[in-house]
Amino acid sequence: MDIFKTEEVTKQFANHLALNKVSIQVPQGQIFGLLGPNGAGKTTLIRIINQITAPDSGSVWFKGRPLNANDVYNIGYLPEERGLYKKMKVGDQAIYLAQLKGLSRPEAIKKLKFWFDKFDLLPWWNKKVEELSKGMQQKIQFIVTILHEPELLIFDEPFSGFDPINANLLKQEILNLKSKGSTIIFSTHNMASVEAVCDHIALINKSQKILDGSVAQIKQDFKLHQFECSYLGEFSDIDRLASDNFSILEHNENPEYKYFKVELHNNYSNNEFLSLLMQKVTIRSFNEVIPSMDDIFIRVVQNDATNPIETV
Amino acid sequence: MNKIAIIISREYLTRVRKKSFLIMSILGPLFFAGLMITPAWIAQMEDKEEKIIAVADSSHLMLGEFPETDYIKFEYLPNADIQYHKEHFLESKYYALLYISHVVASSPNAVHLYSDKSPSLGVQMHISNAIEKRLERDKLKAFGIEEGVLAAVKTNISIRSVKLSKTGEEKVNNFNLAMVLGYLMGFLVYFTIFFSGSQVMRGVIEEKTNRIIEVIISSVKPFQLMMGKIIGVGLVALTQFLLWGVLTLAIYTAVIPMVMPDVKELSKKAPVENFMDTGSSMQSQVPVSEDLNAELSDMLGALNDINFGVILISFLIFYFGGYFLYASLFAAIGSAVDSEADTQQFMLPITLPMIIAIIAMVNVIQNPESPLAFWFSMIPFTSPVVMMARIPFGVPYEQIILSAILLIGTFVLFTWMAAKVYRTGILMYGKKTSWKELWKWLTYKN
Repeated sequence: MDIFKTEEVTKQFANHLALNKVSIQVPQGQIFGLLGPNGAGKTTLIRIINQITAPDSGSVWFKGRPLNANDVYNIGYLPEERGLYKKMKVGDQAIYLAQLKGLSRPEAIKKLKFWFDKFDLLPWWNKKVEELSKGMQQKIQFIVTILHEPELLIFDEPFSGFDPINANLLKQEILNLKSKGSTIIFSTHNMASVEAVCDHIALINKSQKILDGSVAQIKQDFKLHQFECSYLGEFSDIDRLASDNFSILEHNENPEYKYFKVELHNNYSNNEFLSLLMQKVTIRSFNEVIPSMDDIFIRVVQNDATNPIETV
Repeated sequence: MNKIAIIISREYLTRVRKKSFLIMSILGPLFFAGLMITPAWIAQMEDKEEKIIAVADSSHLMLGEFPETDYIKFEYLPNADIQYHKEHFLESKYYALLYISHVVASSPNAVHLYSDKSPSLGVQMHISNAIEKRLERDKLKAFGIEEGVLAAVKTNISIRSVKLSKTGEEKVNNFNLAMVLGYLMGFLVYFTIFFSGSQVMRGVIEEKTNRIIEVIISSVKPFQLMMGKIIGVGLVALTQFLLWGVLTLAIYTAVIPMVMPDVKELSKKAPVENFMDTGSSMQSQVPVSEDLNAELSDMLGALNDINFGVILISFLIFYFGGYFLYASLFAAIGSAVDSEADTQQFMLPITLPMIIAIIAMVNVIQNPESPLAFWFSMIPFTSPVVMMARIPFGVPYEQIILSAILLIGTFVLFTWMAAKVYRTGILMYGKKTSWKELWKWLTYKN
């Protein structure tokens, strides 16, 4: 079931079209990556989800019905541009933000104490925010985002500015939240983090959605039938096999290690290729090259510059 | 609604808990009290020291003629050898040495006062008055005018202005008191609107540059945030007034009687003890002649006539109306810029009407019933200041109500427009905003 979806959402600003008929579906309980280059329209879409702005046309659905004002209590949002009141005390501030999300004061305090304890922030409760390190401030921002236990969480570039230790802590917490049943929308252009955590993605470029689907499926779709092979023997023997069915993309030799990369054409199967190859050299390993999300991202975005592509 | 309350309480509490608020709350009344007490106190201090002045009079006109007060005494020296007295002055107990030359009747520079300190103005006035009086009497006598005639000719007029109302009721007008009250309230509204308004603006800029804004408006509507901030800051100012009033009153009732027992008597006559009467109490510190006392009781009577209920209600309406009007504009400006330095270009249209209001107020107080006074107390951008300045003089209720309606209507309209600019502005970063841009934001649908 989709916890959230948009249908043909369009948003026009004075001098540019921020979103052009964008439809996305976010399956419940999954981590959904919202990808795209800077300026593609991700933040506008996220602001529409948070009801900070409204779409010019198209519809927005949450839990099977049109999104309404009370849904903010069920959504947690960690914006890319995030900050806190510098002169306010940490505890007071966290309580304030929690109250705005609909928690009562005692409830907010109880939950905050739990999370502050978990992140070793309790000694800082009565300190002013400006006395805290950037990493600590970000932990606090994370806590207030998830404190009201929303069903849908939106993280816009969550890892930017986190040191590796805290980034890892954050990743663990996000996975924890998923296992507890939260749905997470994850906006980023950091593809490594997408591969690590996302189940589904949608790719937005120049105000349009140009690709979406499950990460596994997309990777299948974008395979190029390329293989990497390391072997024992002479490369010249392999080279002699050359035909229309495959082309050698690169090869590399040194005393301990010989390797080449090949792309198969015309539905030539890897088994056929292997049986051919076995006659000439000893095969040490043979792997299919799975495209990284990074590669897919670049390919799709560059392709989009010339012609939009339809995918399943 | 509940969310606005949460926002108001944050805006209010963070400001009220600040040290600067506490300092302002204490310093304000001390300043007022200082203004009230210091001049009288200083005058009193000076008099308490007994001064004996030695008189060397070679004209022989002033012998025994100087009137003595509790603190100024005169001793007439048997010979007028000024050189001798000057040489021995420092060993003497005298405060000053007065030398009157024999040509005093014809030369205005014939009187010298020698002292090792600088004799106070009071003492100098006392001496010159006595000599002038004596010489005048002599001269008048030379023209054949009797002393009794002189006393009979001397006339003193003090005008009691009485306002006639339609009901035939007579009211004693006290222009001075109304003037002081008018100025006080006009300036209070003026300064508070500017002070609180720029606090609102700074708050908005802070939220924008802090980047906390996006977190907050994912929970509340921008309009709620803006109104919460404006109301919260407005209540802070109101709290400050209240504290000033209470503390000023406390200082006034506790400290003044200690320092100046005389004034206690006077203040007992004051029927209304309210922070509004700081104006009159400032004046009541100038004792103590009989005439003045009569004037003072007139004034206290007028104080009774002034309708403090109307003033208080009007103050609340015009203070909040004017404040909301300007604060929403300040908020819109704050949302449109990235830093306080960028606000300049938008400030002029806001400050200009306020400055015009203050200039108009000075004129209006001289002539509170003029057409100028009427129109400026109707135009919503100047009415908070000008109407408050007029009210102590008595303004017909229908005018007050009309002006209040105009003000409230305008503030609703401008708050609505400001909210539209605000909503777009708070999410715009790193772009220099122009007037054209603001107009576009105003016309955005959502």
